[in-house]
Amino acid sequence: MGKSRTWGEAVITAVIKTCGYSAIVFVVLIFFFLLREGLPALAEVRLADLLAVRWYPIENYFGLLPLLTGSLIVTAGAMLVAIPFGIGTAVFIAEVAPRWMREVLKPLVELLGGLPSVMLGFLGILVLAPFLRTFLNLPTGLTALAGSLLLGAIAIPTVVSITEDALDAVPQGYREGALALGATKWQTIWRVTLPAARSGALTAVMLGVGRAIGETMTVMMVTGNAPVLAVHLNSIVSPVRTMTATIAAEMGEVANGSTHYHVLFFIGLVLFVISLAVNVAASTVVFRQKKRAERVLS
Amino acid sequence: MKRSLDRSLVQRAGFSLLTLVTLMTVVPILAVVVYIARQGLPAISWSFLAQMPGDGMRAGGILPAIVGTLYLTLGTAVFSVPLGIAAAIYLAEYARENWLTRLIRIAIINLAGIPSVVYGLFGLGLFVFFLKFGTSILSASLTLSIMTLPVIISAAEEALRSVPQAFRTVSISLGGTRWQTIRRIILPQALPGIITGVILGLERAAGETAPILFTGAAFFLPRLPNSPFDATMALPYHLFVTSTQVPNMPFQIQYGTALVLLVFVLGMNVIATVIRSRARAKRQW
Amino acid sequence: MDKIVIERLNLQYSDGTESLRDISMAIPANAITVLFGPAGGGKSSLLRCLNRLNDLTELRTVSGRILLDGVDILDPKTDVIALRRRVGMVFARPVVLPLSIRGNLTYALELAGEKRRSRLDEAVERSLRLAALWDEVRERLDDPAIALSGGQQQRLCLARVLANQPEVILLDEPTSGLDPISTGKVEAALQQLKKDYTIVLVPHSVQQAARTADHAAFFLQGELVEYGVRRELFTHPKIKRTEDYVEGRFG
Repeated sequence: MGKSRTWGEAVITAVIKTCGYSAIVFVVLIFFFLLREGLPALAEVRLADLLAVRWYPIENYFGLLPLLTGSLIVTAGAMLVAIPFGIGTAVFIAEVAPRWMREVLKPLVELLGGLPSVMLGFLGILVLAPFLRTFLNLPTGLTALAGSLLLGAIAIPTVVSITEDALDAVPQGYREGALALGATKWQTIWRVTLPAARSGALTAVMLGVGRAIGETMTVMMVTGNAPVLAVHLNSIVSPVRTMTATIAAEMGEVANGSTHYHVLFFIGLVLFVISLAVNVAASTVVFRQKKRAERVLS
Repeated sequence: MKRSLDRSLVQRAGFSLLTLVTLMTVVPILAVVVYIARQGLPAISWSFLAQMPGDGMRAGGILPAIVGTLYLTLGTAVFSVPLGIAAAIYLAEYARENWLTRLIRIAIINLAGIPSVVYGLFGLGLFVFFLKFGTSILSASLTLSIMTLPVIISAAEEALRSVPQAFRTVSISLGGTRWQTIRRIILPQALPGIITGVILGLERAAGETAPILFTGAAFFLPRLPNSPFDATMALPYHLFVTSTQVPNMPFQIQYGTALVLLVFVLGMNVIATVIRSRARAKRQW
Repeated sequence: MDKIVIERLNLQYSDGTESLRDISMAIPANAITVLFGPAGGGKSSLLRCLNRLNDLTELRTVSGRILLDGVDILDPKTDVIALRRRVGMVFARPVVLPLSIRGNLTYALELAGEKRRSRLDEAVERSLRLAALWDEVRERLDDPAIALSGGQQQRLCLARVLANQPEVILLDEPTSGLDPISTGKVEAALQQLKKDYTIVLVPHSVQQAARTADHAAFFLQGELVEYGVRRELFTHPKIKRTEDYVEGRFG
C-alpha cells in the first residue's frame, strides 16, 4: 500500500508543479505569437512610415502616431478622473465612513468593477455622448472626453480597492500618535496616514493606468474612432482613436498575412510591452500588504 | 482659540468634500443599474428570453446569445478552473521562495494586465489559425481561460494561504504526506474562498467582448451551436453589435439585452458574496 | 533500555543561527524525560529532530546521529512517514483539526489507509480513555472539535497522537495555555502513559519539570549543560548554571 501511494503522490506532485509553471508558459507563448505575427510589420513597413501621422490602411498609410496619441489622451483624461475620485473615495471609505457605511460602499464599488465594459460603452453611446453634445455644444458627443469619463469610471474600482487596502495597512499607532499630539482627524489623514500609504496609492494609480490603456470596448464605442493626431487642446472634445479600438475594429476585415494584419499585431505587441512595463513597475514599488485577488485584478 | 476653530472648519469642509466625491463616485453606479433596469424591463418576457431572433435581430428573442454566453462561461470554467487551482496549490503549498517562484508571480501579474483585445489577437493567431480550431466556442473559451487564469490563481492562492499553518504541521506530524494534507484538510477549508474567486473570474469572462470578437463570436446564426467547433452568439457581443452596427435597432431590445447581461453578471457577484460571508461564519478556526 | 540515543547532534538554521551544539544524551524507555531551560535553549528544536519535523524548516546543517531503537533516523533513507507514526508530538497550543472529535482521532489512521469502521471506533475509545477524556466526550463524538474547551482540546491532541499507537510521545510545552486543573489532568495522564510509552517533555516551568520528570536535561543556549535523574538534578545540581536556573536566579 505504501509503494503505490508514494507513486501516486509523485504523479500528483508532478502535475501540480507543471500547472504551477503554466503562467510563465502562457506569457511566453503570447509574447512569441505577437512577435511572430507582429515583427513582419517592421520588415514590410519602414519605421519612418510607422511613425507617421496618417493612419489610413486602405491606402497603405500605417502611421501609428494618431493611435498612440489617442490612447494617451484618453488615458490621461481617465486618470484625471480616476485619481481624485478614486483616492478620495478610498480615503472616505477607509478613514471617515462609519463601519456600516463601509459595508455598503465597498460592495458598490466592487459592483462597478464587475460591470462589463461593453455595457458602459453602450450607455456611453445612448446617454453620455448625446449629453456631452448638447451640454458642450459639440458636433458629436463621441469624443475623447466621453472615453475619458467612462475609462475613469472603469479605473476607479482598481484605484479605490488598492488604495483602501494600503490605508488599512497603515498601523493604527500612526494615527493614534498623531491624534495624541493634537492633530485633527483631517490633518492626520493628509499628513500622516496617506503619506504612509503613499507607495500603495502609487501602485493603485499605476495599475489603474494599466487598466485604462488596455480597455477596448468602451473606447471603441464612444471615442468616435477618428484616427487623427490628438495633440491640440481641443482634441479632448474631438473624436480620437485608441490603439486598442483600432485592433478591435479592423481585425475582422483584414486578410490573414497581409501587411495590415501584421501591423495590427504589431500594435498588439506594443500594447503588450506597455502593459508589461506598467505592471512590473507597479509590482516592484514597495508595497507590503495583503493582496486581495479580485481587487488587484479588477 | 481661533486656530482650533479654523482647524475644525477645515476638517468639516474636508470631510464634506470627501463625502461629495464618494457620492459622485457611487451614486452613478446605482443610477446605471436602475436606469438599465427601468429601460430594459419592458423588453423582458419569456419569449424574449427563449426565442430566436428575427428580422435581422430587430425583433424576437435573444436566446442564442444567452445560450452562447452560458456555453462560453462553461468552456472557460472547464479549462481555467482545474489549471488555476492546481497552479495555486503549487504556489501556496509547494513552491519555495526563489527566483523561479518570483518569475511565476511576475508572469501572473503580467497575464492579469494584458489588454483584452491583445488576448483576442493571441487567440486568433494561436487557436483560430495555427491550431486550426477556427472561429469557435473552443477557440473563444481557450482564449477566455488564459485571461481568467490569473484571477483564479490569485484568489485560490490567497484562500489556501488563509488556512492556518498549524493544520499542516499537525497533519505532517501525524504521518501525513503533503498531498494528503492538502486533499483532506487544506483544500476543503479553502474551498469557499476558491469558489468565490472562481465565480468572480467567470463573471469577468462572461462580460468580455474583445477576446471573443475574432475567436468565436458571430452576430447572426440561424441555429444554436451544437458542437464546440461552432461559432456562437454571446450577450456582450450582441449588445455591442446591436448598439453600434444595426440601423434602426429598437432601443427596447438593446436595453433588454443589457439588462439580461447585467442580471447574469450581478447574479454571479451576489452568489459569490453570499458564499464568502457564509463561509466566514462557519469557519472552524 | 534506552529508547533514543542522541550522538553529537549539531543543528544550524539557514539564517546562520546555531540551534544545537554537540548534544549527546540518552532517553530511556518507559519514563518521562524532561528538557528544560530558558527560552532559546534549543529544546523545541531537539524535539522536532526526534520526529524529523525539522525537515519542514530551512535547515542548513544537521550533523550527528539520533538512534531510535538503534537505527539512525537522520539517515536520508529513513521512512519519515513511518517514523512520525512511531514518534508522535503534542504542540504548545492545542490545534484541533477542523473536523469532528471522532474525525480528529481517526485522521492519522485514515492517512495510513485504515478503513474498517470497527478498528477506527476501537481506536477512538482507546485513545480517549488513555488521555482521560472518554467520559467527557463519549456522547458527542461527532460534534466539531473546536467546540471543546482549551484543556479538553489539548487532551484531544494527546489522544489524537495516541490513536496512532506510537512508541514515543513528544510534548512541547503542552500545558502552557491551560488552567491548573487541566494541567493537572494532563500531567496525571502522562504519569499513567509512561508505563507503556517513552515520553519526552518540554515543560513550561521549572516547577512542572520538577513535578513530572524521571530524568531531566538542562539546556542553555543550544548546549546540554547537565543531565541526571530528577532527585539529584533539582535538589543537588552539579553545575552552577543549572543550580542558578533551578533556584530562579535567572530565566
